[in-house]
Amino acid sequence: MSSITKPPIRHPSLQKNALGLSKQDYEGGMSTLCAGCGHDSVTAALIQAFWELDLPPHRAAKMSGIGCSSKTTGYFMKQSHGFNSVHGRMPSVTSGANAANRDLTYIGVSGDGDSLSIGLGQMAHAIRRNVNMLYVLENNGVYGLTKGQFSASADVGSKSKKGEANEQNPIDPLLLALTLGATFVARSFSGDKQQLIPIIKAGLAHHGFALIDIISPCVSFNDHEGSTKSYAHTRAQSVELVEADFVPLRREIRLPAQHPAVSVVKLHDGSSVCLRATDGSYDPNDRDTAYQHVRACQSRGEVATGLLFVDEAARDLHDMNRTVATPLAELPFEVLCPGKGALDTLMARYR
Amino acid sequence: MPPTDVANPRYYHKVVDCQWACPAHTNVPQYLRLIGLGRYDDSYLLNRQSNVFPGILGRTCDRPCEPACRRGRVDEKPVAICRLKRVAADLRGDITDRLPKAPAQKNGKRVALIGAGPSSLTVANDLLPLGYDVTIYERHTKPGGLMRFNIPAFRLPEQVLDEECGYIVDMGATMKYGTTVDSMKALIAEGYDAVYVGSGAPRGKDLEIPGRWDAPAILTGMEWLSSVHFGHVQKIDKRVIIIGVGNTAMDCCRTSLRLGATDVKVVARRSREFFKASPWELEDAEHEGVQIIENHAPKQFVIENGRLVGMEFERLQWSTVDGRQKSTVLDTVVIPCDAVILAIGQDNAFPWIERDLGIEFSDTQMPVVDKVTHQSSRPGVYFGGDAAWGPQNIIWAVEHGHQAAISIHLHCWGRDVTARPAPGMTLVSAKLGLHAWSYNNDYNPSPRATMQHEALVRRFESMNVEVELGFTPEQSAREVERCLNCDLETHFAADLCIECDACVDVCPTSCLTITQNHSPVDELRQRLSAPALNATQEIYVSTLLPQTKRVMVKDEDVCLHCGLCADRCPTAAWDMRQFDLLKPYAGVEHR
Ligand SMILES: Cc1cc2nc3c(=O)[nH]c(=O)nc-3n(C[C@H](O)[C@H](O)[C@H](O)COP(=O)(O)OP(=O)(O)OC[C@H]3O[C@@H](n4cnc5c(N)ncnc54)[C@H](O)[C@@H]3O)c2cc1C
Ligand SMILES: Cc1ncc(C[n+]2csc(CCOP(=O)(O)OP(=O)(O)O)c2C)c(N)n1
Ligand code: SF4
Ligand code: SF4
Ligand code: SF4
Ligand SMILES: [Mg+2]
Repeated sequence: MSSITKPPIRHPSLQKNALGLSKQDYEGGMSTLCAGCGHDSVTAALIQAFWELDLPPHRAAKMSGIGCSSKTTGYFMKQSHGFNSVHGRMPSVTSGANAANRDLTYIGVSGDGDSLSIGLGQMAHAIRRNVNMLYVLENNGVYGLTKGQFSASADVGSKSKKGEANEQNPIDPLLLALTLGATFVARSFSGDKQQLIPIIKAGLAHHGFALIDIISPCVSFNDHEGSTKSYAHTRAQSVELVEADFVPLRREIRLPAQHPAVSVVKLHDGSSVCLRATDGSYDPNDRDTAYQHVRACQSRGEVATGLLFVDEAARDLHDMNRTVATPLAELPFEVLCPGKGALDTLMARYR
Repeated sequence: MPPTDVANPRYYHKVVDCQWACPAHTNVPQYLRLIGLGRYDDSYLLNRQSNVFPGILGRTCDRPCEPACRRGRVDEKPVAICRLKRVAADLRGDITDRLPKAPAQKNGKRVALIGAGPSSLTVANDLLPLGYDVTIYERHTKPGGLMRFNIPAFRLPEQVLDEECGYIVDMGATMKYGTTVDSMKALIAEGYDAVYVGSGAPRGKDLEIPGRWDAPAILTGMEWLSSVHFGHVQKIDKRVIIIGVGNTAMDCCRTSLRLGATDVKVVARRSREFFKASPWELEDAEHEGVQIIENHAPKQFVIENGRLVGMEFERLQWSTVDGRQKSTVLDTVVIPCDAVILAIGQDNAFPWIERDLGIEFSDTQMPVVDKVTHQSSRPGVYFGGDAAWGPQNIIWAVEHGHQAAISIHLHCWGRDVTARPAPGMTLVSAKLGLHAWSYNNDYNPSPRATMQHEALVRRFESMNVEVELGFTPEQSAREVERCLNCDLETHFAADLCIECDACVDVCPTSCLTITQNHSPVDELRQRLSAPALNATQEIYVSTLLPQTKRVMVKDEDVCLHCGLCADRCPTAAWDMRQFDLLKPYAGVEHR
């Protein structure tokens, strides 16, 4: 909460983007989250990325479930479409929405509870279907909204605010996603916008399911000593495996593309992302080495960050299901609903 | 960049743009809040502490605070600071028992002040409560100086002037009215411990062009305004030309309209952007029907049979050559008229100060006066107001008075006048609870209040009809809310910060950045959340943050003092703190 809503005044040196919109045009309602919550920083990074990408707000859909993290879709792009689903159902609702209209940009925001406990099955199948969406998992190791119970991403030994240690094995969303065939897998930190914003932009440009697991500390219930999802711990333990530089269509590539450790991935919309592995043996285009590196970091107690794996060639839900390109809402009624005659013909094929 | 030293009152003082710009450093935001609370007496007295004449200045101040006001940078128009001062003055009750008083027991020091204008009166105001025996020599029979006999009553009612000068005179100054000091030597011989020269710049500049002395209807503005004030002049002919576009010209043209002129032209050598008059005075004059003519240089007076019939001008065209303004003459025109008033500036004159007293004068016959101490080359003799460095305005005259009073006090007790008492400050947290602040931190989007004016026909009935009617209570209530409360400072404690970015993210005006402190300030200014391009505004840089050894940087330029950063900070690393500048006065020191 805050005492007032944001005054409508902005710094005079702030620019407009290609759509003539200021960053303010990408803002939403005032956050009601705790002061200092990592989720608010993620919101700020999303706003910055949308603004930089000239994303038309009315062509985006914000999808979420239940949790503090899921509330944040209310805090950005107030002019966009949106659906706040029941707990854990955001991936399915987004799959449905995307099936019906592939022209919108889908931004799903979820939490570790929403995605890895009640919604685990939902998320798994959205990954398998390679639904074309940005999937932002704001990961704080607890159920923030219900006051700090351990979530499925809590590490073994991580302490609750009262001091008990978690004893169950964590689910690492990245390892899970890599095994399920995810085509864009990244991890970042709410406290590191320099790393996070290019990844968000690349994720939005990616054709298919783009998962960003964002360590986003819960200041009220999981930012104490002994927690492995606190600001201090994340800063101390994060290891950037791959540096990503998002290059929009209009801009020249600046990272030395000839550099042996740099790979340039052309994204669906013509933009590209330059990836530079910080360790020479790492190939962000290879699922297996990605898996090994993340796993190795995990066993050392480190937090692997960066855009860890991209496969831009994979087919998405529409490609695999050979759906019609036009959004269903724009199809003429006769085509969408061809009538009893067409149904009878179809049924006859199965008699 | 080294971390910012906020322990020095200078830093937070500069954030309060209006208070910084005010020569007397009036605590504007606090007096506005007091008006908002209906505490007019308190607001008036707070004003009086620094600017001494709130009722007078609330009508006449040159208001350097307003162009400086932060609100003007975020919303086109500044807070109507000046006219709100008038609100406090108009709505105050009887405050006489809360005014400073002179002690019954005097301190044995005698001080002479020459002139009873605002600067001398300020010296008296500061010294009388300390027990000084103060004698004021004044040529005229009433106090106030130019505020009384040059500023016309339609801008400044006599009763307002009487009251505020009275507060000081009634403290027990010995008034020698009708006494012109014509020999400094003689005055010094009377054995005063200190002498203050507050005699103003009393002479209107003349214009020596052909015809100047050939007709009686050619007048100088200051003398003419005085004659009007004293009732020696009660009317003027129909067609009047005023030469010059300063504030004196504005008073002359508007006074002419009240004395029977119907066709009044103000003629200027240059174009509008170079006019010296305040924009609001130009506006008022034009509204009353005064015609303003640009780019005309006076050539000669046209006299027929000993009577002024017109004035010849050269029409000029201005261009910029090598960065300097150059004029070329297009042609000449004669503008018919019955009278001309010259309002082209003021001169100082000190024929009554003998040059063998150790009071040094420059080539231009101005006294050599120290900018800080106001002391002349003769210790014990001080200059201030228009007498020190030429014509300025009332609020500067007041501040000169305060500073000279400090010097006189130091001098009289044998202390070094150059060892100035330092300002202090108090900084008090405004936090009342979770998301509750001791001030109204919300942004009020209302546009600046517009002044109500007396109807034109009523105005011209007499010299004494005050033109500005003041703000209505509703207008005042809204206008004080436009103030951004710049004295509620964002105060940062680096050791508490966990670098969560909440403050950076919530700040509506992108004032905050957490970044590396590794480059020169110019480069740092460029890479903030929003580039800090206004170099007149400070950049705050914290000490190293605990987790990443980066720093918190704040661009002060368009901070709204909304408190959202402190609202959203989980550790109270940001706090909103009310800053109060403790300004030193004679006998009032803070450190
Ligand atoms: C027409 C006009 C309009 C103005 N309007 C404004 C305005 O709207 N706002 C503003 O801020 N400023 C205005 N000013 C300027 C302002 O009035 C002066 O800057 C201010 O009054 C200076 O104060 P002071 O105390 O230095 O001297 P003054 O006000 O000039 O007072 C000097 C006093 O000393 C007396 N005196 C002089 N010599 C002697 C002597 N030898 N012996 C005894 N007594 C002597 C004089 O009679 C006078 O009373 C205006 C000036 C003019 C001319
Ligand atoms: C069906 C259902 N079961 C349980 C809940 C209670 N509940 C609300 S939020 C939440 C967990 C949220 O955790 P997470 O997704 O990590 O969000 P966070 O608040 O930590 O951001 C739970 C269990 C619910 N709202 N609905
Ligand atoms: S907005 Fe208020 S506090 Fe700020 S500069 Fe203007 S008057 Fe001063
Ligand atoms: S008070 Fe804080 S949040 Fe508000 S404008 Fe200033 S720095 Fe930004
Ligand atoms: S909100 Fe407070 S703790 Fe967070 S970055 Fe800002 S000052 Fe630091
Ligand atoms: Mg959570």
